[in-house]
Amino acid sequence: MRINCPNCGTRDRREFYYQGDALALDRPAPDAGPLVWDDYLHNRKNPAGETRDLWFHEAGCGAWLVVERNTLTHAIHSATLAETAIR
Amino acid sequence: MVNLLAVPPGAGILPRSAGGVALTEVVVDIALSVMPFAGQHDAVAAALRDQIGVGLPLANRWVGRGEARVQWFGHGTWLVTGAVALEGLAAVTDQSDAWGVVRVAGAGVEDVLARLVPMDLRLARFDVGAAARTMLGHMSVAVARVDTQAFDVMVMRSMAATLVHDLDGAMRGVAARGSNF
Repeated sequence: MRINCPNCGTRDRREFYYQGDALALDRPAPDAGPLVWDDYLHNRKNPAGETRDLWFHEAGCGAWLVVERNTLTHAIHSATLAETAIR
Repeated sequence: MVNLLAVPPGAGILPRSAGGVALTEVVVDIALSVMPFAGQHDAVAAALRDQIGVGLPLANRWVGRGEARVQWFGHGTWLVTGAVALEGLAAVTDQSDAWGVVRVAGAGVEDVLARLVPMDLRLARFDVGAAARTMLGHMSVAVARVDTQAFDVMVMRSMAATLVHDLDGAMRGVAARGSNF
């Protein structure tokens, strides 16, 4: 499995650390209420198929990436810098 | 005033060689990590050119003049080996004495590093002036090609002995195989 880091180019999976759903980038407003915050902090889907996750290029450039991939086919569709992916 | 004895990371374990590849230590007196503040990239590059003669290279590159070198060192980060002042322009951290630098040089150096580094370091893909952050064995390193058959490998100082150990094994392995592979 290889990930195409926007800084470094295509690198082996061992250089990367997996963090979790890129939902973490969509931080709710401070006054969004306990249900929204509970959802943001704790509730994650576990899809078989398309995912959008945060990865850390730990043993490379040190950038956080948003990686879109498919857990069924192992295809990696895109990798972008998290700092530019915040919606 | 007491002058403390400076002990470089490779003291006692370098130099060494096997099969035409040699490891020597590159002693770095000053190493500063430079992270330009938002919007200050060009100002930092200009200030560096004024002070040490070279600016900020692109990602995955290094540039140098004399002893001073500026090497891309990660996302938005460069390592400067030379005394510079960048107040107000960049976050600068003194990393002198934090890194060990081993020069790996000689015919077959690419074969030695291919055993340890999970990226393509052949000349066609990684030319003189190229730099990368990657792994060597289990260690996080910075690699720079300084000549057609020479690389500088940087590790955190505490990993210097492990780096030399790993390189030594790879060098002896390549030497044992000879040129028939």
